[in-house]
Amino acid sequence: MENYLEMLKNDIRFEEGLNACMNCGVCTAICPAAEFYNYDPRKIVDTVQSGDNEEIEKLLKSDTIWYCGECMSCKTRCPRGNTPGLVIMSLRALSQKLGYFTESEKGRQQFALKRAVGANIFKYGYCVATYAVLPDLHPEQGPIWKYILENTHDVFERLGGKIDEYGEGPLRRIPDDAKEELKNIFEVTGGTEFLNNIEKYSKKKAEEMGLETDDKGVDNEYFTEVFTANNGSHTI
Amino acid sequence: MKETGKRKIWSDYQKEIADDHFFYVRSCIRQSFFPGSETFFLDFMRNVLGKDVYENPSHTTCTGIGYHSDIVPFQTIMTVVARHFALMKESGYKNIAISCVTSFGIYTEILETWKHFPEELEKTREYLYKATGRVFDIPENMAHTSDIIFKFRSEIAEKGKFRLINKLTGKPLNVVEHIGCHYAKMFPKSGVGGAEFPNVLGGMVESWGGNVVDYPERRHCCGFGFRQYLVQANRGYSLSNTVKKFSSMKPYKPDFILTNCPGCNMFMDKWQYTMKEMDGTVYGENGESIPVLTYEELAGLVMGYNPWDLGLQYHMVQSEPLLKKLGIEYDPDDKFRTKDGRQMPVPKNLINA
Repeated sequence: MENYLEMLKNDIRFEEGLNACMNCGVCTAICPAAEFYNYDPRKIVDTVQSGDNEEIEKLLKSDTIWYCGECMSCKTRCPRGNTPGLVIMSLRALSQKLGYFTESEKGRQQFALKRAVGANIFKYGYCVATYAVLPDLHPEQGPIWKYILENTHDVFERLGGKIDEYGEGPLRRIPDDAKEELKNIFEVTGGTEFLNNIEKYSKKKAEEMGLETDDKGVDNEYFTEVFTANNGSHTI
Repeated sequence: MKETGKRKIWSDYQKEIADDHFFYVRSCIRQSFFPGSETFFLDFMRNVLGKDVYENPSHTTCTGIGYHSDIVPFQTIMTVVARHFALMKESGYKNIAISCVTSFGIYTEILETWKHFPEELEKTREYLYKATGRVFDIPENMAHTSDIIFKFRSEIAEKGKFRLINKLTGKPLNVVEHIGCHYAKMFPKSGVGGAEFPNVLGGMVESWGGNVVDYPERRHCCGFGFRQYLVQANRGYSLSNTVKKFSSMKPYKPDFILTNCPGCNMFMDKWQYTMKEMDGTVYGENGESIPVLTYEELAGLVMGYNPWDLGLQYHMVQSEPLLKKLGIEYDPDDKFRTKDGRQMPVPKNLINA
């Protein structure tokens, strides 16, 4: 069995995020996720701090580590200068590296994030862009959003936007050479390998579940499953 | 006057904000949802204050939403941000002005990391050079664009045409300010007023004549939670936190909400629509919902800009009740027209319309 604590220590966010936890629970008291999910950041930090390899493996395969919203409110409050949110980020990174994320419903959602936000980065040069926020996937955006998407050019022109044009301005088209540099940065720094890993383990899981994934995009059975599945066991 | 209590603590969290010559970096969410806000900021800075603000078209996403959705490794985002610093260096600028609170938090985290782990800075230099052939310097001054509006809040008050006074009652408007978690909760020294008493928005409201509302869940997250909103199955988290926040502010009868972070602005606007659709609940007075404004939109209104050039009509919660209180005369006929004056279709089922 791998030594997970040693692997976590290779992540500088883990080094920054965990000094010595005294289990006071202030992080849990302030945590927006703990209010609604079966989630207790104090317990997670305590488990990791104990170095119990089997328990850490359970965490890496669990829904638990995916409940945090990364608001980082815990950072402000911890009297010992710890950041449970950073510990969570390092656990999530390790879970994806080892392929354990597909063992939980919430972990499997990484595939949807990779196919949506990850794809936007390379396609448009933005994480989020007006034309990529589809009303069918975002009904909460209301009728004004549908209207904006039906009248994008006119709306943006009046507000100084440069949608789909090169040059300066809101939502300007990002030049191809800039997108190429972004891609190179992902290649050189391990970002591409990380994304490919999400894809590899997700496809394996999709096969086990008998769902198709398609080569890219969001229009496939596995995306719909991980984007919408909620077994109802997550909340208090 | 001797400063005591909260004001004394706040004075310990003063932040140095550059005066001129800014390298401006846009926000994915602000430019997608509130393009008029970024347009106002540049117009105001350049044409009203006469400042030098430069934008490089080659600037891309910082990948921050990907980073906080845990699909982008830390080393990758550090190198993407280093590329932005390289563009700044090549353009001859040393002061960075950031339009996004998520980006601002990330830039701050990265600079702190490089201070504590100098070997990470060196590694990032190598990666950036290998990937792009570029080299970079660390900015001399880093500000969120709200810091800059805060810095020039007195100039806005002096030049402004409107005050945050209810014309119907003569009393100051009640304003809920929402700072956004990543502005100063992670690194309190990076924000005006720190994490306990952030004053970046409160300072604007007070300078422009309004009353800042203090309420129990004032510092609670808007509910974004990155993956908790981005993935449909998780949106109960996002909405539940919003309900908690709005329920807490409701008894204080806010006239409007002022936000720092474009994501928070979008959620606090759109979730009011969702809450109303789900069970009919509204959180403002007289059966209305509460208008939610960016600091650029508010500064623009105070300065007398046309609300429809700022983009207020493209929020889900419409702002007419607030415009009436401010005494702003607006042209309803101009609301849904193109830049060259052509009538557009009029959207239906907006809130407060």
